[in-house]
Formats: sequence, C-alpha cells, structure tokens
Amino acid sequence: MSSDAMTIRAAGAAGRPWVEAVQDWITTVDHKRLGILYILYALLFLLIGGLEAIVIRIQLMRPHNDFVSPQVFNRMFTMHGTTMIFFVIMPVMFGFANYLVPLMIGARDMAFPRLNAFSFWLTAFGGLLLYFSFLGGSGLYGAGNAPDVGWWAYAPLTSRAFSPGHSADYWTIAVLVSGFGSIGTATNIIATILSMRCPGMTLSRMPLMAWMTLVMSGLVLISISPLSAAQIMLLVDRYLGGHFFDTQAGGSATLWMHFFWIFGHPEVYILVIPAFAFASEIIPVFSRKPIFGYPVMVAATVSIGFISMSVWAHHMFTIGMSAASNTFFVLTTMAIAVPTGIKIFNWLGTMWGGKIQFKTPMLFSIAFLFQFLIAGLTGVMLGTAPFNWQLSGSYFVVAHFHYVIVGAILFCIFGAIYYWYPKITGRMLNERLGKLHFWLFVVGFHLTFDPMHIPGVLGMPRRIYTYEPGRGWDSWNVIVSVGAFIQGIATLLFLANLVLSYFKGRKAGSDPWDAWTLEWSVSSPPPVYNFAVIPAVRSRRPLWDQKHPEDPDSRYE
Amino acid sequence: MSAITTPIAQTPGTWSLPYRSKVGMACLIIAESAIFTIFVVAYLYYAGKSMTGPTPREVLETPIFYTICLLSSSLTIHFASRLLERGSRGAFLGFWFLTILLGGLFLFGTGREWHRLIYGHGLTISTNLFGTTYYSLVGLHAFHVTVGLILLSAVFLFGLAGRVGREQSARVEVLSMYWHFVDGVWIVVFTVVYILGR
Repeated sequence: MSSDAMTIRAAGAAGRPWVEAVQDWITTVDHKRLGILYILYALLFLLIGGLEAIVIRIQLMRPHNDFVSPQVFNRMFTMHGTTMIFFVIMPVMFGFANYLVPLMIGARDMAFPRLNAFSFWLTAFGGLLLYFSFLGGSGLYGAGNAPDVGWWAYAPLTSRAFSPGHSADYWTIAVLVSGFGSIGTATNIIATILSMRCPGMTLSRMPLMAWMTLVMSGLVLISISPLSAAQIMLLVDRYLGGHFFDTQAGGSATLWMHFFWIFGHPEVYILVIPAFAFASEIIPVFSRKPIFGYPVMVAATVSIGFISMSVWAHHMFTIGMSAASNTFFVLTTMAIAVPTGIKIFNWLGTMWGGKIQFKTPMLFSIAFLFQFLIAGLTGVMLGTAPFNWQLSGSYFVVAHFHYVIVGAILFCIFGAIYYWYPKITGRMLNERLGKLHFWLFVVGFHLTFDPMHIPGVLGMPRRIYTYEPGRGWDSWNVIVSVGAFIQGIATLLFLANLVLSYFKGRKAGSDPWDAWTLEWSVSSPPPVYNFAVIPAVRSRRPLWDQKHPEDPDSRYE
Repeated sequence: MSAITTPIAQTPGTWSLPYRSKVGMACLIIAESAIFTIFVVAYLYYAGKSMTGPTPREVLETPIFYTICLLSSSLTIHFASRLLERGSRGAFLGFWFLTILLGGLFLFGTGREWHRLIYGHGLTISTNLFGTTYYSLVGLHAFHVTVGLILLSAVFLFGLAGRVGREQSARVEVLSMYWHFVDGVWIVVFTVVYILGR
C-alpha cells in the first residue's frame, strides 16, 4: 500500500518514475531517440578509445619505457583501432543519419523503426562483447585477454596456434555482430531516403547530407558484407577446424588481407562521406550562401563511392603483387583524388564571397578543409607504390590515417555536434567553451600528428611497444605525446560543455543559425511526430523559400 | 513570373515513391550478394589447392534433379504471387505449398549429398581445403534456403488461417524476391562447384 502511494506521489511530483523513463529509452523505436542513443554510445566509446590512445602515448613517450607490458601494449592498439572505427565513428555517423535524415526529407520516421532499434542494439551489444573480452577473453586456456591481433587481424595471427583462448573470437564476433547492425541501419536509411521523402522532395532537391548518407549506406551494404563473410570464414577456421587462412593446409594468409581491405578501404569512405555531409550542411549556412555546385557535389560523392571499391590493394603494396596489379591500384588511388579535389574546391567556392560567420561549427569545418587537404596529399604520396614500399608499416602511415580520421572526420563530428546540439536538446552549446575546445584541439592535433610523420620517415615502425634511444625518434615522440594529452584535455572540456549546456545553456529556439533545411522548421527538440503537417517542398532550401516568399529559390531551379 | 506559382506535383496521386519493403529487400539482396561473392571467390581461389584428398572430381555428383526442383520453385512462387494479386486465394495456397515442397526437396537433396560425402567418403569441413570451401559455400546457401522455407511456411500457415488476401500481395511479392535471389545464387553456386570447380 505504502509503496503504491509513494509511486503515485513520485509520478505526480517528477512526472514519471525513472524506471519508466529508462524503459521508454530501451524500448524506443523513435528515430530521434535512437539517434541520440547512437551518439551517446559513441561518445562513451570515444572516451574509452581515447584513454587507450593515452596509454599508448605514455608508453612511447621515452625509449625503454615500461609503463605497460608488450602484451598490454598490443591489446591497447588493437582495442583502440577497433573501438574508434567500429564503435565510435560508425555509430556517431549512423546516429546523425538516424536523427537528421527523416527530419531533412520531411518524413515521420525511418522506413523500418523496429529494424532501426534492432540494429542499434546489435551495435551496442557488439561493443559490450568486445570489452567483455577483458574479463572473459582468457577462456579455458587461461591465455590471452583482450584481442591483441591488430585491428586488421592478419592471418595467421588469428589462428588457434597464435591466439589461444577466446580473445580473437571476441574481436571477430563483436565486429561481426555490429556489422550486421550496420547493414540493417544502412538498409533502413536507403529505404527511408528512396521511399519516405515528402511531396516535392525530388532526389535533386534533397539536402546534400541525405545524398551523402545514401551513398555511404550503399557502401556499407557492399563493403561491410565482405568483412562479415571473411569473419564467418575465420570462425569456421577457429571453431570447425577449417583451412581458409591456414597456410599449413594450403590456405592463404594473403586472401585474408584481400578480403579485409576490400572492406577496409571503402570503410574509410563510409566514415569520411558523412563527414563531408556535415561540412556540406555547415559551410553554406555560415557562409550565408547556398552550396556551390550542388550537382557536381552529388556526382563527386557517387564517383568516390564507385572508385573507392577498386583501390583496396594499395594497403598491400609491400606483400609483393605483380607489376600490373601495382600499377592498377596506383592509378585508381590517384583517380580518387580527383572527385575529392572537386569537393574541396566546391566548399571553397561556397565560402568565396560569402559573409562568413566564425561560429564554432564553422571553425571546425574550416580546420577540416585544411587538414583534409594535407591528409589527402600524404595519401597520394602513400598511394605511389615505390614510396609506399619505403614507408609502409611506419609511423608515417599512422600519421597519415590519423590526419584523415581525426583531422577530417573527428573535426567534422565536433562541428556537427556544435551545429545540431541546439536542435537535439533545445539549448545552445556554450560558444566560449566551444572556441576554447576548438583552439586547444587544433593545437593538440597539430602537435601530435604533424611531427608524427617525421619518426616515420626516420624509420620508426608502427606497433612497436618501445624503441632504442638515440635513433632521432626521442624528442619527436615526446612532442607527439604532449599533443595527445592536449587533445585529451580538449575532449574533456568538450564533454563538460555538453553536460553544462544541457542544463545551463541558452535556449535555442527552432532555428538558431538561420538555416535552410527542413529540420530547422520544427521546434527544438522536435516533437515525437516530427511534422504536424507533412511539408511540401519546392526547392533545395525550403526554409529560405518560407522566409523569403518574395524571392524563393524555386524561381531559379 | 508565373513560374513561382506553378504548383508542383504534390497531390497524393502524382507523388509516388517505391514501396519501402521492396527497397529494403533489394538492399538485403545486395548485401547478401557481396557475402556470397566473397565465398565464391574463396572457392575458386582454392580450387585444386587441397594438399590431401578427396578431390571434387572424385566425390562430387551433379545434383541435376534437386537443381531442377529448386529452379522450378521460382516459377511456382511467381505463379502463386500472381494468383494472389488476382485474388484467387485457393490457387495461391496450392502453388505456395508446391514451392515449399520443392524447396524442401532441394534441402533434402543437399542433406543426402552431405551424408554421402561425410559417411561414404570421409569428407568433412576440416578434411582439406575442398571440404572447407565446399561445406561453407553450399552450407551458406542451404542456410538461406532454410530461412526462406521458414518464412514461406509462416505465410502458408497464415494463409491456411485465411489471413493472406489480395491486400498482402505486395508483401508476399517481397518474400518472393528473396526466394528468387536464393534460386539465382544456386545457379552461381552450381556453376562454380559442379562445373568450374571440377
């Protein structure tokens, strides 16, 4: 009796009991809530993955350091890579796609809301499974712990002989499960974009974000599945005694490399195309101009999608392929620089002559432009087979791909969070803290990843847990580690900003940036049903038309 | 300047988009095709590379009859969904059941072949590379047939209960897309395993 009375009072006082709220979030099929879950989940793993990076950098700060053992070091870089790719960036991209795409195309929800929830929970449990390996990885053999095979898990390292216990299985199954989640979400996004657009929202009027998410989802379908297939083969090898990657019985370790990179290279574009999408939404709004060359942007995105599937073996120049394959993969790699260059020019063309407002989202986008250019240039260098033979497997490569993943992708994610946080929560992020976060992060980033190229050129191999003094790597490694700490502090500042602004931030209103896409036409946060009346669209900037009935875009399209 | 006021196509009659379940199934088929492609590549890459016997030439027998069963089930499911569209539910159920029967027969054929290979020739998934790639590829396909049969049977049971009518024909069509895909994959697997791989 008394407990009943208490529940009723609690319900009256604070709205509803907290268990009910938790249950609402767990059983939700609402695309906005699932989007938020994806993003929060990714931020949690960003913290964990970042912590692993800090452990790596402390260990490498000086020669002959013994902060962690070689075994733990191997686990740290494996978990860092796997976490950041599969459980930070992909979920964050799916989170934004989930939240924004239905709002941008004027839809009530995703095409398959329950599949959406199912995919999220697959991804979430995949991540939990990966981290459960710290506890359960020993298995019956009492050997191994977290996976330590590197994020690409080359054969024969993953065979029973070299990975006893269950650590490699945790890696395989965690990534396999989250891969199924990714395929589910990609299916959902494609069906949503093709079948749920509001009247008038033709393909050529969709926001670029929707276009790029569409291309990214197509890439997920075609390139995550080969990884799933290869992982099924690996499980057959490990559990049923198969010989796919067993060189003793005629199997091939090279075949795993091919299968992995057939996934692995398009994966880079799966991650970076949504980053392009964020930049393509943010840069026009803060330049006060429509995007420059919309059709060309779409064409460039689609061609990046196609070309990205024929470049994978540039990760494998050093294994000794034929001259013909080397030439083919060099040429395709060079070719992909063309549509990417077109995009950079289009973003610059958007800013050219615009009234640029240097708000935090825009700052991150501008930094993205510069850093992505440099990352692309070192990419072209590494795509040249002879140069690659010299530097493959060195810190130059590590510096290059962190320039892409941090310098381009993570910067865009930060920009996107600053840009859409007001829509999602109804409150602005603190601009002063945001600017501090930006400048600290830029300084930390460049302190880490600019000097990191140099020990690579000087011959420092990646994935070594320590090194001899006096090879000219010492001071560079100190600088790199200091930069990593600064990035860590900046990230904590950012998380603090997220929390503080949620409670104390300025009220945002429905359209704080004076933007042009449909998500800004509804209140912040948007109502559960998104649109009271399904909108009808006449141009690429429906909100501009609404705000400027005397000079609508539809007149010029 | 009348261009501004030109109404765009926004009446429900003229604004039509593809059926979302069809798009979803097409996406699934694309992803599955990529998975099968990798398994087929592995099969072809390892063909003839086994270090011990038995070899495909020694032990494989071409399953012509069961292949005909599976391929003709594509026809029967096509007729079934056409009939449902026209509203003849009894004929639909008949052809639907025939589809399940033919699919089940195919699965039985696979089972018999596996039984013969395992007990007659001692070929298991861990015997050699041929065993590994053969059971994985054919097994992956058989798994898809099994899933298909479960789904088809569910529809059949609903049909017996009188719950499948013309208004469900679009959904039934989606399931038949999947079944056609499974059949199409078998043509590839058959070619690779029983013709090229020998």
